Formats: sequence, structure tokens, C-alpha cells
Amino acid sequence: MRRTLLAAGAAIILAAGPAAAQNKTIKIGFVSTFSGPTAVIGNDMRNSFELALDHMGRKMGGIPVEVIYEDDQQKPDVGKQKTEKLIESDKVDFVAGYIWSNVLLASLKPVIDSKTFLISANAGPSQIAGELCSPFFFSTSWQNDQTPQAVGLYMNQKNVKSVFLIGPNYAAGKDMLAGVASTFKGKVVGQELTTWPTQLDFSAELAKAKASGADAIFVFYPGAAGVQFLNQYAASGLKATMPLYTAFTVDELSLPLQKDNAIGVPGAQQWVHDLPNEQNKKFVEDYRKKYPGLRPTYYGAQSYDAAQLINSAVVATKGNLSDKTAVQKAMEKADFKSLRGGFKFGNNHFPIQNFYLQDVVKDASGELSLKTVATIVKDDQDRFAAKCPMK
Amino acid sequence: MTLFIEQCLNGLQFGLLLFMLAAGLTLVFGIMDLVNLAHGSLYMMGAYFAATFTALTGSFIAGAVVGLAATLVVGMAVEVIAMRRLYGRDHLDHVLGTFGLILFFNELVRIIWGPAGLSLPLPGWLQQPLSIFGFQYSAYRFSIIVVSLAVAAGLYLLVMRTRTGMLIRAGASNREMVGALGVNIKLLYTLVFGLGAALAGLAGLMNAPILTVQIGMGENILILAFVITVIGGIGSIRGALVAALFVGFIDTLGRSYFPDILREMLSPTAASTLAPALSSMLIYLLMAIVLIVKPEGLFSAGQR
Repeated sequence: MRRTLLAAGAAIILAAGPAAAQNKTIKIGFVSTFSGPTAVIGNDMRNSFELALDHMGRKMGGIPVEVIYEDDQQKPDVGKQKTEKLIESDKVDFVAGYIWSNVLLASLKPVIDSKTFLISANAGPSQIAGELCSPFFFSTSWQNDQTPQAVGLYMNQKNVKSVFLIGPNYAAGKDMLAGVASTFKGKVVGQELTTWPTQLDFSAELAKAKASGADAIFVFYPGAAGVQFLNQYAASGLKATMPLYTAFTVDELSLPLQKDNAIGVPGAQQWVHDLPNEQNKKFVEDYRKKYPGLRPTYYGAQSYDAAQLINSAVVATKGNLSDKTAVQKAMEKADFKSLRGGFKFGNNHFPIQNFYLQDVVKDASGELSLKTVATIVKDDQDRFAAKCPMK
Repeated sequence: MTLFIEQCLNGLQFGLLLFMLAAGLTLVFGIMDLVNLAHGSLYMMGAYFAATFTALTGSFIAGAVVGLAATLVVGMAVEVIAMRRLYGRDHLDHVLGTFGLILFFNELVRIIWGPAGLSLPLPGWLQQPLSIFGFQYSAYRFSIIVVSLAVAAGLYLLVMRTRTGMLIRAGASNREMVGALGVNIKLLYTLVFGLGAALAGLAGLMNAPILTVQIGMGENILILAFVITVIGGIGSIRGALVAALFVGFIDTLGRSYFPDILREMLSPTAASTLAPALSSMLIYLLMAIVLIVKPEGLFSAGQR
């Protein structure tokens, strides 16, 4: 009996061996945060990436797709480890995801060194847009400075004369504060960087902002920290005297927790769920159908676009991913229907795109929701593109 | 000047809040000789209970009171079910066992309440800024100061003026002797652990409207609570109060003034990068100094 079983087992192994080699799959590694307080962001990215695959019939150019999701725990060292594992042991064709700029910066080198393509679906550190730019790196989000730059322009429109900046002390926080300062024409009267991600009590920073007598406050606090900041800002009584301008602080994930505190707090975004193009309508509708009770965010929309970008390259190269130059050329065309209504890549592989003013309103069902109010800037390219040696 | 007063109030509020957390920790550590890493989980449970019961009852006060009672019950249940197995064992076993409890509570919360976190909205009268000393201050932060001071006073009376308190103090000084004298040490332990849990729960639910209610919220703050326990002296409530106020003031004032001082000496970019890192180190610097000068802490319970 045992011998027959062994023989059967051996036969199966022999039969499966060559079949697996023929049956080529597209392997994608997806690194994001799936545990801890910011896991909701990672889940939204995974949900949208999965939805994109559903829309493609889970195949790219007729080849089945396999995605391996890895949790970076919002820690640069863990993110790097997981990325190395994806490249060395899973031998993935593409790496995508990355919420946090510090995690992306730590993980970049092993990916680039192995000549694997990396598509950032969120983080856009200035270093990668400038001197660290690479033919193997693409972004379907933005460069960190761009969104706050748009907020700076909007503050000029609103005739704000002075501003106090508050943000977390890591790569993206520094980019965000530098970004808003680069377009804001008034005076930056003060700037505070807080310990990230552990500091959640902003009383000392708010007291300093109040004492500075600025016209307005600008903050960047993604995820749960944005909820805490808004709560504390509302309780400090500053709302009446010092209006708040934000980047990546009010979104569909934080809004249910921020509630009325978010009303009247403007932000900028390259994607809002109500952008009026067909593919976006389908995305939002199907997302709500597939994940009842959840609403898609820009994190998800960018991940959906990342899946589309990979798909466009696989289709254009007919699945021949070993020709790296061909894959790169195909991706540079950005030949897919982006949820934000189309964009072009700059020389550093960051999108050249529009930024919109978003506001918080009550929607038809009485729930708080984001709304596109106006276009702040059209076809905006990040300010580090010139530093990138790629042409 | 108003900025300085406001930062002092912020420091006071933060310090008193830390005191609530550290008081329970130091009691359990001092009397039961138990290293309880899961103290932060009880802090988290307090916040989750309060948020849930506030949503159910529609009243913040009612939610807080029921939440506090629920945390007390959970604390006592944890003592009876899990902690009793750990007494008399090595500290390493305590660390392993209570670390397991952290994982257990985090997963429990994920199963019951989901991964997204909750919010604990404040009633309108606490959300309005308060006008004191001629400037605006958050009414809620002010109420935290008032409640914590009341709890500190109540704890003082309990420990110094009642028979239970006498037993607690005796337990902190010499546990074996208290047991030998025929005191029901099991009941005392359950009581002390429940009290510690309730204090942690109170800290959690009071902090919840300022922060958000989320999984793992107790883990970062627990480190500070341990620092306070070490600085104040293990088992000493008075030490916990003094050390908590020290830590609260140093953290808040350090965060607000240290960057400005650095900016005078260094380039603005270097200062803004360095300042948050250095100011978060100040507390540990204090701990290191205390450990060098008085290794047993400022108010050691054993020597009193």
C-alpha cells in the first residue's frame, strides 16, 4: 500500500513539474501595511488591487496573475526585509504598493539592484523623484510635494498671509511641509515636526501655533493621526480663529471617525471618488458592491491604477517580461484608462496630473463624504524632475 | 507668557494622565511582584468599553462609568484566570505570560470591534474651549486635570487612611509577613489588580476622545508608565505621582522649547530634524540620571 502511495506521489510530482514550468504566471509582490492602526489603509489598497484584477478576469494579456501580499508593519526595516523576500525567494516580476515614504526609501535599492520594476501606489519621496530616480521605478500616485503645493496655491487664492506648519518627522512629512512652503506666497511663521508614528498628542504644537498668531495652520497627518489631530484642533478652540488647511489628513477612511470636525476643512487631491469619468464611476460602484460598508480612497484608486499600469506593460510586451527595456518603454506610455482621467509620466516616472480642491459635505444618504470643488492646478509636474538624470 | 502657562497645563494634564496608568502598574508591581506588560491592554479595553457604552447609552458620563466598571471586572477576571498562575514565578515568565495577554487582547478587540478603530465623541459642553486665566483652553483637557487630581486624592486617602490601604502598604513592604499574619492575600491581590485595571481603564477612556480608540493604543504609553514606575520607585504611589508629573512636564515643555533652543545653536534644517528625536529622549535621560543617583527610585516603597 505504502509503495503504491509513494509511486502515485512520485507520479504526481513528475507530472506537475514540467507543467508548472510551461504554465507561466505574472507574479506581483504587494507591500503595504496590514497590521496595526494603519492597516485600514493597506486593506483599502489590497481591496482595490483585487478589484482591478477582477475587472481584468484575473489575467494580464491572457496569463494568470498571482499576487503575494506582504505586511510592512509601517516599519522601514520590516518593509525592506519583506521586499527582499519577494525578490529573492518569490522571484516576483513586479513589486507594488508602499504607503510610507520611509518604507519605500528603505526598500528601493534591493528592487532596483535586481532590475525588478517597482510601482509605488502611494509614497512619493522627493529623493526618488530627483537624484535617486530609476528606470525601474514608476509612481501611480504623486510626488509628496505636489499635493501640499496645490494647497499652498489655494491658500494664496484665499488670501492667507501667514501659516504655521505641523507634520510628522519622517521623509514624507518633511517633503509635505517643504512643498507647501514652496508655493505659498505669504510668511511661514513656524514649523513643528513631531515624532512619527508614536506621538499622538499635539497639544504642545497647537499651543505654539496659537501663540504664533498665524492666519492659518497647515497639517499633514495620514491615517489615525489625522483623526487625533482634528479632534484636538477642534477642542483647542482654534477653529474659529485659525482655519486649517490639510494634505492627506481628511479622507474616506478617517472621515467616519473625524465626523463633524472635518466639515469646512479643505484639502487637495489628485483623485476624489466623484471624478466624472466612466472608469472611475465603475470603480467606485463595483468597490462598494464588492466590499459593502466600505468606501474607496485615493490609496485604493492609486493601487487600481498600479494594477492597470502593470497590465498595460504585460499586454504591450505580450508577456515577454525578460525584455526590461520594452517593459519600461511600455509603462512610460501610461497607456491605460486611469481613474483620475488620464495622466502622462514625466522623465522621472512620476505622473504629470491635475490637483483638485476637496471639501467635506453631507451626501444624499446624510453621510459625510468628500466632494471635488474646483481644479487648483492643471498638468502639474513635481519640482524635482529636473534633478533626475533620466531623459 | 500665556504660551508658557498653556504648555504647563498641557504638561500637567499629560503627567496626571500618565499617573493614572503608572499608579496601577506600580501597585501591581510593588505588591504582587508581578511585571504586567498587559497593563496597556487594560488601558485599551477601558477606551473600547467607554466608546461602546457611550454609543449605546448616548451619554458620555454613563458610558464612562459603565466602561470603568467593565474594565474593573475584566481586570479581576484576568487576575483570577491568568495572573494567579504566574505568582511566585520568575520575572521572565511574567513578561512572557503578560506579553501573550497583549496579543490575546489585541486579537480579541480585532474580532469584536474590527481593525478600523472607534471614535469616542465628546458631549458639546466638553468640546467648547474654556476661558481661564484670560486665555482659551480645552475644557476637556481641563476636566482631565480635575478628575485626575480627584483620583489622586482619593487614592491617597484609600492607601493612607483605610484598613485596605494599610494592607496594601504592608503588602508593598513585606508580602510574606502580611500573608503570615493571616490576611487573605488572594483577595487582596484580586482587589489590587482590579484597582490597577480600573485606573488604567480610566486613563484609557479619558485619553480616548483626544486620541482615537485603536488596537495597540496602550503599548506606546505603557513604556512611559514603566519609566515612571522606575523613576518613582516600585510600589510607591507618591513616587508615581511625582515621577509622572516630571515626565509630563519634561515631555511637553521639552517638545515645545527644545527645538527653539536648538535652532539658536544649529542650522534650521539640522535643528528641525534633530529636535524631535532629542526631545523624545529627554525622559529617558531623566530615567538614566535617577538610576545612577538613586537606583531604587525616588520614593522606594521597600525602604519607607
